[in-house]
Amino acid sequence: MKKKKGNRETYLRIFELIKPYWYLIALSLVFALVSVALTLYAPVLTGQGIDLIIGKGNVDFDGLVPILIRFAIVVGITAAAQWLMNLCNNRVTYHVIKDIRVQAFNHLEELPLKYIDGHQHGDIISRVVTDVDQFSDGLLLGFSQIFTGVVTILGTLIFMLTINLSITLVVVIITPVSLFTAGFIAKRTFSMFQEQSKTRGEITSLVNEMVGNQKTVKAFSHEEEAQEQFDEINERLRDCSLRATFFSSLTNPTTRFVNGLVYTGVALSGALIALRGGITVGQLTCFLSYANQYTKPFNEISGVVTEFQNAVASAARVFELIDEEPQVAEDAGAVVLTPQMADGRVELENVAFSYSPDTPLIDSLNLSIRPGERVAIVGPTGCGKTTIINLLMRFYDVDSGEIRVADIPIRHMTRDSLRTNYGMVLQETWLKSGTIADNIAYGRPDASREEIIEAARSAHAHSFIERMPEGYDTPVSEAGGNISQGQKQLLCIARVMLCLPPMLILDEATSSIDTMTEVRIQKAFAKMMKGRTSFIVAHRLSTIREADIILVMKDGHIIEQGRHEELLERKGFYAQLYNSQFQQTV
Amino acid sequence: MLKLVRYLKNYKKESIIGPLFKLLEACFELLVPLVVARIIDVGIRNQDIPYILKMCAIMVAFGLLGLCCSLTAQYFAAKAAAGFGTELRRDMFAHINGLSYTELDKIGTSTLVTRMTSDINQAQAGVNLVLRLFLRSPFIVVGAVIMAFTIDVKLALIFLVLVPVLSVVIYGIMLLSIPIYRKVQGRLDKVMLMTRENLSGVRVVRAFSRQEDEMRDFEQESGGLMKIQMLVGRISALLNPLTYIIINGAVILVLWAGGRTVDMGGITQGELAALINYMSQILLALIALANLIITFTKASASAVRINAVFAQKADMKEGSGAVTGTGTAGKQVPKVAFDHVSFAYKGNKESLTDINFKAMPGETIGIIGGTGSGKSTVINLIPRFYDAAKGAVCVDGTDVKDYTYRQLRKKVGIVPQNAVLFSGTIRENIKWGKPEATDQEIEEALIIAQAKDFVDSKQEGLDTKVSQGGKNFSGGQKQRLTIARALVGKPEILILDDSASALDFATDARLRQAIADRTEGMTVFIVSQRAASIKNADRILVLDDGRQAGLGTHEELLENCQVYREICLSQLSEEEVKR
Repeated sequence: MKKKKGNRETYLRIFELIKPYWYLIALSLVFALVSVALTLYAPVLTGQGIDLIIGKGNVDFDGLVPILIRFAIVVGITAAAQWLMNLCNNRVTYHVIKDIRVQAFNHLEELPLKYIDGHQHGDIISRVVTDVDQFSDGLLLGFSQIFTGVVTILGTLIFMLTINLSITLVVVIITPVSLFTAGFIAKRTFSMFQEQSKTRGEITSLVNEMVGNQKTVKAFSHEEEAQEQFDEINERLRDCSLRATFFSSLTNPTTRFVNGLVYTGVALSGALIALRGGITVGQLTCFLSYANQYTKPFNEISGVVTEFQNAVASAARVFELIDEEPQVAEDAGAVVLTPQMADGRVELENVAFSYSPDTPLIDSLNLSIRPGERVAIVGPTGCGKTTIINLLMRFYDVDSGEIRVADIPIRHMTRDSLRTNYGMVLQETWLKSGTIADNIAYGRPDASREEIIEAARSAHAHSFIERMPEGYDTPVSEAGGNISQGQKQLLCIARVMLCLPPMLILDEATSSIDTMTEVRIQKAFAKMMKGRTSFIVAHRLSTIREADIILVMKDGHIIEQGRHEELLERKGFYAQLYNSQFQQTV
Repeated sequence: MLKLVRYLKNYKKESIIGPLFKLLEACFELLVPLVVARIIDVGIRNQDIPYILKMCAIMVAFGLLGLCCSLTAQYFAAKAAAGFGTELRRDMFAHINGLSYTELDKIGTSTLVTRMTSDINQAQAGVNLVLRLFLRSPFIVVGAVIMAFTIDVKLALIFLVLVPVLSVVIYGIMLLSIPIYRKVQGRLDKVMLMTRENLSGVRVVRAFSRQEDEMRDFEQESGGLMKIQMLVGRISALLNPLTYIIINGAVILVLWAGGRTVDMGGITQGELAALINYMSQILLALIALANLIITFTKASASAVRINAVFAQKADMKEGSGAVTGTGTAGKQVPKVAFDHVSFAYKGNKESLTDINFKAMPGETIGIIGGTGSGKSTVINLIPRFYDAAKGAVCVDGTDVKDYTYRQLRKKVGIVPQNAVLFSGTIRENIKWGKPEATDQEIEEALIIAQAKDFVDSKQEGLDTKVSQGGKNFSGGQKQRLTIARALVGKPEILILDDSASALDFATDARLRQAIADRTEGMTVFIVSQRAASIKNADRILVLDDGRQAGLGTHEELLENCQVYREICLSQLSEEEVKR
């Protein structure tokens, strides 16, 4: 019952989406009516023609000519109406799917990070791309076939009735059989299709793992085991794919057979009635062609209905994404934090946060940073270092407590203005497809080429960029395959260098840049960090040693805080961490 | 596509019977209009009710026979297609398993995955359809034309003109639209790329407050997609109206010319009706064929992509396994020896030049150098993931090229840079290193890898589920599990390729300590960016831009290797360097 209601809601939503294009739909309906009516009228004319051609020496050419002329005109108009109808349908469908896709994408930009981090990206992508596509196919088919189909069935019925009642009854009685068999087969095969797609899914994920990580498979000589595992699923796939293909392909011949029965029924009853002079031979041929036209939409509709159901299911998945609650709206009077205002003071007061309620991560975190201070966050993996970044940037909102920048609670600022005041280089480098210059200018799209080169120079990226085949215009391929990890990080640094915001967040930024460059980078960073409040999640002692404050984190708490020397003297957790690095190991 | 036909060779019977029965069915279908003509001409004209009944019975019988033939055909076609797909998939998987790193680099593993899955599915669907329908449609067209000839030669000439005209229109529209469909696909890929990028880069996009621009770009891209979809829509929307006009134009001609023929006594009224009937059969068959061709083009595009994988031959030849150099010389034989080795990735300039060193059994060798200096390349040559271009790599005194892959890789435990785990349990993952490992051996490996604590803290211990790619473990946990996996088989050579990068320095230090204490006789290679990680190694190989910049102990290198000194000073304080 509940599902029914959900479906109805989806239909309503689809209707809402289509509404702006109502005039096109109306036009399409008119053209459909015209084309169907005329399509049905054509056999009448053919029949009349045949009736005038009775036998040797008995052909009424004078009567035939006007009929043929009328026939030609009817055909011309029908074709035109069909074409225009298709155009309208195309237009509506493609506009609607563009609308829904853009809506879905725009919503992605509004969703809280919590949603994006917590869901498989592949799943979200398939909603925006594949599901929308599936929806468009179904919509187009629904428009062009269901509507014309229904009109055709009604139209043929009326036309047939005008010719002869009893033959019409024969047709009406036999056709449901075709519908019934098609439905029966579809229901039976559905589970087989499900099994097939499940097995396909199994094989895809195995291939994903084994082929995607083929190098590891080879390193452990695991090829034979993988092949065995693969063969097992593959054999199962053979069986269920045979079943699904065979049983689903039963629909067509079976319904065709039933149609044959209808056809025979018409021929028989028609011939018998013609014997008594109830109808003419021309009317009989006309009837036979109606019988064909009448049954055709039934066959198609059963196919279209499944397609349409898929489309609705897909639409529901897209709507689900669109309905996902967006991040908390900004205050009406939210402050726009300008770089002038951001003096570098950052305070955390009694901050508590956790990703899921049952595993508390950070609680009662207090911290006060003066302008220009350099804060190093250290601690074992999983202690909550990156979480602090998430909170500072307001990717996630604190559960309780408050974070203030320049004395203004960040909850009362616009997110954008807060974030543009931080320069961020993350551990996982991200480059957009586009040229190298585009990527460096990502934070300031209006930057001139000179400024871009200057930024690249100070990030020590200029020399390797120059060596690329097209210099700054070298395209960065997806995931940056043509650029090494270290180089990617240099680009990310250059990207921040170009904006030079008043505060910095560096997340193990230099961990995979080669040591030579790192020296220079650190000098550049030192220059950049001068006068700027900086948070650094670091593993490197050299970075840590220069920090004004070291926050030593463990299990979500800051357990020690102070300068390197102070902390060493305290002989606590930090001292332990530090010394363990230099134990005699070999 | 033709190249893939060999995968049908085990299904010869099915691939012949399928289409054959389909043709039989088509024959029955072609006979129906003639029967109707009989009813009109003989039955109605002569008022012969038994004759009409007989003819109707024949029609039903034809229908039944047709149904049986068609079912038989469908069954065999489905069987052949499923078999085709299964064998193709198996072969391709085996082929990929046989490729070396060089070819994997060239093709890229992600496209291999799509080729294995969606391309093969596409090809399988193509085979199924071709077996069922490819012969049927032309057969119906030809058959209908022939039937028309048997009725009246002159009128049949109209058919002879009609068929080519229709074909030109249908295939012309297809030729026009197929390349545009390809463009649509390209645009769709772009839309997908943008979505993916915005998800993976969500933090950066928001950090730079570029959401609005991203939305605008996306709107533009989807607008472009929409325009091109509408263009192709307009073209293919012509198909139905045009064919409708042509076929009905032919009907007019048949009626007119037919009227004359009937008037002269050439054919009967019923035969005229049959001719018009054949006309619509031709139309339906041609449209079915057009749809078929679209599927077929897709399938053959997939076939090309599949064949490209098969064309990729492994260029490394596996050794015979006749190992010569072991044993006799005992301890004198170095475990691993690089003899003036140079190496270049396919199509690139040399990335290793004249590397020359020996690692004795039980030694720990540190490898350090900047990004792109060739550290990983050096260690990839040991288990023969790649072949050296010049010089030779020897393990236990035997060239690695003489070992079988299994022999060689059994000796080597490697922990790759990015930690990859497979779905299954922790136990299953560790067992990759040694399929017959006991729980005790696994525990031992976990202890050394510093993974025991967190594995024990899981409720299900070793049976804890690992999701695909190990997503339910943190980077550091994954790294430690991959280390345990390499250790469990007690390899003679252990390679850690920057595999402690996600570990904090305390854990990293404990790990190195444990490896040193608990794995006697194991030759260990540690690749790292951190000077602290390798400074206590027995010997350190310093690489600089693919060249061997130094080889020796920490102290020696500090004395005489400029590159090494710079690295150390950049990372450690003066006092730490000396410690």
